[in-house]
Amino acid sequence: MDKFTIKDMNLYYGKFHALKGVNLNMPKNQITAFIGPSGCGKSTLLKSLNRMNDLVEGCKITGDIRLDGEDIYGNIDINILRKRVGMVFQKANPFPMSVYDNIAYGPRTHGIKSKAKLDEIVESSLKDAAIWDELKDRLKKSALGLSGGQQQRLCIARALAVKPEVLLMDEATSALDPISTGKIEELCLKLKNQYTIIMVTHNMQQALRIADNTAFFLLGKMIEYGNTDQIFSNPREKETEEYITGRFG
Amino acid sequence: MADAINEKQSEIKAINKIAFSQRLKEYKRKPLSLVMYLIVVLAAALSIFALVFLIVYILVMGVPHLTPDLFAWEYNSDNVSCMPAIINTIIITLLTLLIAVPFGIGAAIYLAEYAKRGNKLVKVIRTMAETLSGIPSIVYGLFGMLCFVTAFQWGYSVLAGAFTLSIMVLPTIMRTTEEALIAVPDSYREGSYGLGAGKLRTIVKTILPSAVPGILAGVILAIGRIVGETAALIYTAGSTTGLVDGVMSSGRTLAIHMYMLANEGLHTDQAWGTAVVLLVLVLGINTLSSFIAKKLSSKK
Repeated sequence: MDKFTIKDMNLYYGKFHALKGVNLNMPKNQITAFIGPSGCGKSTLLKSLNRMNDLVEGCKITGDIRLDGEDIYGNIDINILRKRVGMVFQKANPFPMSVYDNIAYGPRTHGIKSKAKLDEIVESSLKDAAIWDELKDRLKKSALGLSGGQQQRLCIARALAVKPEVLLMDEATSALDPISTGKIEELCLKLKNQYTIIMVTHNMQQALRIADNTAFFLLGKMIEYGNTDQIFSNPREKETEEYITGRFG
Repeated sequence: MADAINEKQSEIKAINKIAFSQRLKEYKRKPLSLVMYLIVVLAAALSIFALVFLIVYILVMGVPHLTPDLFAWEYNSDNVSCMPAIINTIIITLLTLLIAVPFGIGAAIYLAEYAKRGNKLVKVIRTMAETLSGIPSIVYGLFGMLCFVTAFQWGYSVLAGAFTLSIMVLPTIMRTTEEALIAVPDSYREGSYGLGAGKLRTIVKTILPSAVPGILAGVILAIGRIVGETAALIYTAGSTTGLVDGVMSSGRTLAIHMYMLANEGLHTDQAWGTAVVLLVLVLGINTLSSFIAKKLSSKK
């Protein structure tokens, strides 16, 4: 079952042609990784999936992107789309509020007011993000006082709190130490049973460790897409091989 | 063994501490840096001296005249009490803020959040706001008199004064609020939109709370200008001595009260006393506002 299908997608920032004719299907309950050198368009593609690019001025998209067969650039409520497709950013961005309010922000946005229900969501989200034990005694403390790794897992919990179907992770571990990174990777493997995860990563080892499928991008074009093991052990394209063996990029 | 280590500890000379003699030697090699050092120290000392001198002078001249009579409820020609003026000042300040703050913050939200970046209208508004904040306040006074007092036929009134002052402080509030909103990291906006929050919710729940200290700083600046203003008020709110009994009645603020006392030349001592009251009032407002700002930002 494909969660996302992208057909003949082109994206322009003003005159700059940032993504060229991308075709990609991402299966449900699997981890899909985008790899490639900086500026190849992988983050741009990720941001098109929950329409965060709408906030960028001069961004123009053509083609067809569907979530469960539904055209996400058609007649749909963007806020509902972003509820279904959650996002974790490169730099942890907790709001300047308490841990509790950070997690409750999303559910409150979507109309949940009951304290008991919010309590339950906060606890289950933090548990899902494997950070409940560390934070259960400091729910009322400011989220800005947490360590970088904790902040990022808090952001994952915050994204999970609105019960999304897809989780987009934009280099979510690039600013973290190896131990925190390990925890988040473990978390991804656990979460993929319930969610579809699409991640951008600069760390090829990470893609190899946790991704089911990998797509390689270069200069706005998707060069190769397939099973992660096949991409890394037996790439079809010469550019892919050169990139993963570290000859450029 | 432990003693031996302690002994060694005390023998160690910290290499990151520079002795005065060493610094002197350094200056000998680079005399220009000594000149620079002396200039900046002198500048700092003179600035502080001017401020301290001013405050001490006002206190010395004014404090002896802070008699209970000065705070009597009634003003009359025998006892030029400043109590009505204090209350009028508070009323005019609140009224002005009531008008200027919603408009100022609203305009700033439009400029920072809704208008497209590089929009021509935004540039025009910004230039106008900067120009407005540079206009001498007597010009606002003249405008207020011609517009509110004469054309609208409000007469000399607190309302005319408050509207005139609102126009005067609007650019200040708008600009500081806009700066505060722009300073809120984009990651907060992304985070909020990413969770499916709309624009309104993002602004009200995330951006405005983070910008509160900056906005309050602008409001404090505005209060300072309102409380200290004379030129813009003298022809709009007038200089009646009594307590105002409604927005359409004329009344003098503390600054005008002081100006009139000094101008008439009969109550110079009381003018000094009023100056002390004004000084304390402004100091009090500033302390209170920064206390509130700290409370609000630490609550997060």
